Amino acid sequence: MLSKKQAQVFFLGGTAVTFLIFIMLTIYSLGEAQDQSNAEALTASAVRGKEIWEKNNCMGCHTLFGEGGYYAPELTKVVERKGEAIIKAILMSPVAWNPTGQRQMVAYEMTEAEAQDVVEFFKWCGNVDLNGFDNLVSPLAKKDQ
Amino acid sequence: MKYKSQKVAYWFFALSMLLLVLQITYGFIMGFARMGMDGLHEWIPFNTARSTHINLLVVWLLSGFMGAAYYIIPEESETELWSTKWAYVQLISLALVGVITIIGFHYNFWAVFGWEAIEGRKFLEIPRQLDWLVAGNVILFLVILLMTMIKGKKTTTTSLVLFGGLVAAALLYLPGMITFDSQVYDSFFRWWVVHLWVEGVWELIMGGMLAFLLIKLTGVDREVIEKWLYVVVGLTFLSGILGTGHHYYYIGVNNIWLIVGGIFSALEPLAFLAMALWAVNMYRKGEKKHPNKTAILWTLGSAIVSFLGAGVLGLAHTLPQTNLYTHGTLVTAMHGHLAFWGAYAMIVMAMIMYVLPNLTGRKLYDTGRSRAAFWLANLGMFSMTTAFGVAGVAQVYMERIMKVDFGQVQNQLQVHFLVLIIGATIFTIGITLYIIDFLKYGLPNDEALES
Repeated sequence: MLSKKQAQVFFLGGTAVTFLIFIMLTIYSLGEAQDQSNAEALTASAVRGKEIWEKNNCMGCHTLFGEGGYYAPELTKVVERKGEAIIKAILMSPVAWNPTGQRQMVAYEMTEAEAQDVVEFFKWCGNVDLNGFDNLVSPLAKKDQ
Repeated sequence: MKYKSQKVAYWFFALSMLLLVLQITYGFIMGFARMGMDGLHEWIPFNTARSTHINLLVVWLLSGFMGAAYYIIPEESETELWSTKWAYVQLISLALVGVITIIGFHYNFWAVFGWEAIEGRKFLEIPRQLDWLVAGNVILFLVILLMTMIKGKKTTTTSLVLFGGLVAAALLYLPGMITFDSQVYDSFFRWWVVHLWVEGVWELIMGGMLAFLLIKLTGVDREVIEKWLYVVVGLTFLSGILGTGHHYYYIGVNNIWLIVGGIFSALEPLAFLAMALWAVNMYRKGEKKHPNKTAILWTLGSAIVSFLGAGVLGLAHTLPQTNLYTHGTLVTAMHGHLAFWGAYAMIVMAMIMYVLPNLTGRKLYDTGRSRAAFWLANLGMFSMTTAFGVAGVAQVYMERIMKVDFGQVQNQLQVHFLVLIIGATIFTIGITLYIIDFLKYGLPNDEALES
C-alpha cells in the first residue's frame, strides 16, 4: 500500500520532472528556428497597433487567434476579409459600428495614424502560421466550401 | 473557532459575497447584450462588462482563498495569526484594488496620470500600476501566513499544500507582468498565469481546503486524507503543467504543442476524477456524525462538479482535432462556467458554510433554505452551462462548418441566451438564499471561542 512518504515523492518528483520538460519545450518552441510568426516583420507601427488593441480592450468583445470575448468577430484574417479601408473607417467613425442592427461597437474615433497602426497589427497577425486555425478563419476557406 | 484571530476570515468572506453579487449583475448585463438588448452600451459596453465580470470572479475567489487561509493556517499551526492588524490592512488594500480597478474600467480616470485604465488582456486586465499594489498585497498576505506557521506548534501537510499553492499563485502572477511586442509571445506567457493558476496551483489551494474540510467533517484519520491529497495534487501537476499546451495549439507556436498538449490535457480529468473519488470515499469511510450537513453538501458537491465542469467538459474540446473548430467559440464559455463554479466557487462556499457556525456560535446549518440554496444554484449553473454548450455547438456548425457570417450566426443564437438568462435567474435565487444564510449567521464573536 502506498505510504504518505511515497505519495509525497510522487507529487514532488512528478511536478519537478513535468515542469522541467515544460521549460525545455518552451525554450525549444520559442527559439528563432521555430518561429512561425514572422517576428522580423513586426514593425513599430504594428507594435503601436498592439498597444491600441490592448488599451481599448478589443479582446473584451473580439477574438484574435481565437482568444477573446466571443461577442464580436474573429479578427485574425480581418484585413483579407474586409480590406484596409473598411477597417480604418470603422475605427475612425464617430458613429458606433452596428452591421447587424443588434450588437454595436464602441465608436473609438481614432485618428488616421492610430487606425493605420491597428491595421498594421492585424496584417502582422494575419500572417502568423496558426497550425491550421488561420485557414479555418480565412476568406480562402470560405471560397473552398 | 479555536483562535480569536480567525475572525478576520469572516470579513474576507463578506467581501467575496459582495463581489459575487456584483459579478452576477455584470453577467446579466452581458447575457441581455447577447440577446440584442444592449441598452447600457453607452455606459457599460460589452467589453467593459466582460472585463468587470471576469476580474470580479478572480478577486472574489482570491478573497475567499485568503479568508480560508486565515481560518485554516492558525488552526493547523495551533496558534493565533501573526498579526491580525496587518491582516485587516491587507483586507482593506485588497478591497481598494478591487474598487479602483472596477471604477477605472468604467471611467478612465487614470488618463490624468497618462496611465491606461485597462490592459486588455483576458483575465489580466488590471492596469500595470495596480499590479504592483496587488503584488504588495499578496506579499503581505504570504508574510502573515508564513510568520504564523513559523511561530506555530505544528506544520501539517494540509497547511503546507495550501501555503505552497498560494506562494506559487503569487509567483505565477509575474509572467503576466512582462510586456511583449509580439501577440504570440504575449498570449504564450499570459497562459503561464491563467492556465497554471486555474489548472495548476489553484488546484493545490483547492486541495488544501478540501483536505481541511474532509478532516473536520468526516472524522477520517488525517494521515489517510493527507496521503491522498499528495496523490491528487501530484496528478494535477503531472497532467496540468504540460496540459498548458492545449492553449498553444493555434496561437502561432510550434505544432509540437498539438501532441504534448493533446496527450497531457486529455489526462487532466484524471486529477479531477481522483479528487472526486477521494472526497466521496473519505465521506463514506467517515462517521457521518458531523451535524453541519450543508458544509458536507458543498464540499462533496465541489469535488463532483469540478470533475464534471473542469474534467469532463474540458476533455470534450481539448483534443486538437476538436479544438480546431471549437477554439474561440461559446464552447469555451460552457466549460469555463461549470469549471470555475465547481472547482473554486463551490469550495469557497463550502468553506464559508463550515466556518460561519464556528465563528458566530450559531448552529443554523442544515435548514431548508441552505439546501435550497445549494440545489438551486447548481440547477441554475447546469442550465447556464447547457445553454452555452448548445449555443457553442450551433455556432461551430454554422460559423466554422457552414461558413455563415459571425453576425448572422449570433442573431440565430439569441434564443439560447434566453435559456441562459432563465438559468442565471435560478442560479441567482440560489445565491440569494445562500447570502441570506450568510447574513442570518450574524457577525463573528468571542463567545464562539472553543474553551
